[in-house]
Amino acid sequence: MGANIPNGIGASPRRKEDQRFLTGAGNYTDDINIQGQTYAYFLRSPHAHAAIKKIDTRAAAAAPGVVAIFTGADLAEAKVGGLPCGWLITDVSGQPMKEPPHPLLAQGKANHVGDQVAVVIAETYLQAKDAAELIEVDYGVLDAVADVATATQSGKPQVHDIAPNNVCYVWGHGDKAAVDKAFAGAAHVTTLEFRNNRLIPNAIEPRAAVAQYSRSEDAYTLHVANQNPHVERLLMTAFVLGLPEHKVRVIAPDVGGGFGSKIFLYAEETVITWASKRVNRPIKWTCERSESFMSDAHGRDHATKAELALDKDGKFLAMRVHTKANLGAYLSTFASSVPTILYATLLAGQYTTPAIYAEVTGVFTNTVPVDAYRGAGRPEATFVVERLVSKAALEMGIDQAEIRRRNFIKTFPYATPVGLTYDTGNYEATLAAALKIADVAGFPARREEAKKRGKLRGIGYSCYIEACGLAPSNIAGALGARAGLFEAGEVRVHPTGSVTVFTGSHSHGQGHETTFAQVVAERLGIPFESVDVVHGDTGRIPFGMGTYGSRSLAVGGTAIMKAIDKVVAKGKKIAAHLLEASDSDIVFENGNFKVAGTDKQVAFGQVAFAAYVPHNYPLDKLEPGLNETAFYDPTNFTYPAGSHICEVEVDPETGVTRVVNYVASDDFGNVINPMIVEGQVHGGLAQGIGQALLEQAVYDAESGQLLTGSYTDYAMPRADDVPSFKVDTQVTPCTHNPLGVKGCGEAGAIGSPPAVISAIIDALKDLGVKEVSMPATPYRVWQAIRSARA
Amino acid sequence: MKLSLKVNGKAVEADVDPRTLLVQFLRDHLHLTGTHVGCDTGQCGACTIHLDGRAVKSCNLLALQAQGTEVTTIEGLAAPNGDMHPMQAAFKECHGLQCGFCTPGMVMSATALLKDNPKPTEEQIRAGLDGNFCRCTGYHNIVKAVQTCAGGR
Repeated sequence: MGANIPNGIGASPRRKEDQRFLTGAGNYTDDINIQGQTYAYFLRSPHAHAAIKKIDTRAAAAAPGVVAIFTGADLAEAKVGGLPCGWLITDVSGQPMKEPPHPLLAQGKANHVGDQVAVVIAETYLQAKDAAELIEVDYGVLDAVADVATATQSGKPQVHDIAPNNVCYVWGHGDKAAVDKAFAGAAHVTTLEFRNNRLIPNAIEPRAAVAQYSRSEDAYTLHVANQNPHVERLLMTAFVLGLPEHKVRVIAPDVGGGFGSKIFLYAEETVITWASKRVNRPIKWTCERSESFMSDAHGRDHATKAELALDKDGKFLAMRVHTKANLGAYLSTFASSVPTILYATLLAGQYTTPAIYAEVTGVFTNTVPVDAYRGAGRPEATFVVERLVSKAALEMGIDQAEIRRRNFIKTFPYATPVGLTYDTGNYEATLAAALKIADVAGFPARREEAKKRGKLRGIGYSCYIEACGLAPSNIAGALGARAGLFEAGEVRVHPTGSVTVFTGSHSHGQGHETTFAQVVAERLGIPFESVDVVHGDTGRIPFGMGTYGSRSLAVGGTAIMKAIDKVVAKGKKIAAHLLEASDSDIVFENGNFKVAGTDKQVAFGQVAFAAYVPHNYPLDKLEPGLNETAFYDPTNFTYPAGSHICEVEVDPETGVTRVVNYVASDDFGNVINPMIVEGQVHGGLAQGIGQALLEQAVYDAESGQLLTGSYTDYAMPRADDVPSFKVDTQVTPCTHNPLGVKGCGEAGAIGSPPAVISAIIDALKDLGVKEVSMPATPYRVWQAIRSARA
Repeated sequence: MKLSLKVNGKAVEADVDPRTLLVQFLRDHLHLTGTHVGCDTGQCGACTIHLDGRAVKSCNLLALQAQGTEVTTIEGLAAPNGDMHPMQAAFKECHGLQCGFCTPGMVMSATALLKDNPKPTEEQIRAGLDGNFCRCTGYHNIVKAVQTCAGGR
């Protein structure tokens, strides 16, 4: 590794994307307008749980500009299916999880505030919205259930008849007997009971879609703000609309952030795709932010009790975790897998804990569906592990770094008791780097200095691990995945030697157009400027699985590498012909095909030209052209890991907490573009600090009303809520992909929440505060101080 | 109703529905789609433009309130020859953007910030940008870009 050319691997060229984004030339879905388009507005349930007795659309249909109105009855009549869930979880009883129907428009009953009840299509957006106000819905309001901790109690309102006590599944993972035995002999047991707060992803671009049906081609084109256009198309055509897959083109153009929330197939884009043929007009739909709050899939929302058993020296003996995970009113695309497969498998963390058992109850409530949000299960697991470890260290009087070191996994590969095999890592390296950069040795002096200013300063640690590079398809399949998890890449060499790369990965801020171009430029020895990367269009790219789980470079990048290998292999044959040598004597170095040990060579561009102008070419043995596609299915997950150290200052009079120093030392394997990697970490940290200090989606437990339905109530991290960060990378290359990369997109959001909370508890420990729940708002912190003093 | 104003240096005359927001006028009538809409409550700042040289949220104004004013959008910030404004260049240099959606509004706010306070401290930059949400960058490199543009680093 290492850049052999300017802007190659390891360099930080400024991004190709930035010119258009900085000059207003980006092309986001809402920027797309099609001749003759109409506008859709969705009427949503104002009730969390209500029977829909009657819908009268007559007045609305007569309103100015209205083209059509559809309700659940119209979709049922057209035999349109419901939204599918992509992951089957098997209950401890051996039965499959309960999968209630997930209709595009409510069928007889609305199950959460914001559930779609009808769609109005009109000449203008305001006409559609005005007409929707004229739809009369006769609701029979039902009692609602919103709180995950209590929703499974008997006598609570039932969201779905097929799921008694609102239980979707009870899922167990690990060796329960071994865990129970270890606890019985433990010298010390640390217990933690907490809520992992419910979050709203809040990509700044609201969801949007433009659907068009072409009568001449009998085909559909859907532009949609989405992270994985092929998955969107497959689910929509095969499972919902029953359309031929090849007759639907899904384009995810510039997408303004995703963080998981744009992975999923949603009702709105599916309805307008279907309706575009019905009304024979293009239809545009753009979500208003107020609608986003009540219709985008939310994240987290766990109620957990966790226990760690230790011996007298602080060695971890066993861990036991019971979690109730809110799934919301319906199963979103990957909802079932997030609190199970992506959660319990990470409970070993960086440690040698020999026995772990987790039991997860998936719970339906009258709330928006909950699904993957940056980190997806892994932040929840990391919070369990790292809060337990920090609390145990405090209880046993062991230094925070020391207790972690005593339990670090040090030899690899390492098979955890929760089903993963870590290929490589060096946890001591990131901890040592973080301790140094954070100047932990100087902390006592800083604490004293803060005290003089009336502030309580605390320090918190988090040593996280994640499983990324999703995923080996066979392993995922055995665990219930209903999809493959490979990636595809095509390297199209043009006759003049420039290259267009088509990737199934999707970039919505990650900078693939730059990073992937660096990889290709380096490997082919051509200028970075000669490589363009195309993504997000099922009409142009090979079938790909998209972007989530920090997989783009590890899986998508490897597919591109494999396509490059094929290009080089074919290039060698062409070069051998041009150089009148044997194929096996040709080596490819720095953009030239050479006869090994001689000075005979041809440049990559000459070989490309020969492939397309095959006048002097082995046509009897070799096809013309230089255009290769590869699919790559990983053999293992990747395991990014790192150590984060956070310092906070708490004002004991007001409870206001400021993060004053934040250090992240991460091991992402090899780094292609350090600038972009650092940016990914910064963004994740702000989201994690947001979870720890600010953000929480709140539903009224009785009525199921969303109380945080706008930015006035849902506290997003602003520029003055976060500090400048100190980030560092340590490198142990991944052993099972050719780039040696692990993925960096989610680490910040995974590692940071427990570091922040542990820092607050450290700041307040002398006052007797033992727990502070997320988000640690000034009111909560002030209350914790008051209760401890009382 | 009749509306007349200057947008990015050019005189614009239009007949608009009085309900039209300034951001809708810019996006839908003038096809200046660089100005984005990220919320409906005036908080995210993605729609920030300059109105007579001041940063304003164009979703919080009716188009008619811009009668007779001079509006600059992200499309009008670069030099006529296409060279980026120093703030745009600093955002690129410092990786102050990822998905790009908040970026136009953020750049417009940042340029107005430096106009009012050419040498801000980090704290002043953070306070000055707290009307603009960014979900991608954690603000770290945005702050760095503003500092770079101000010559602070």
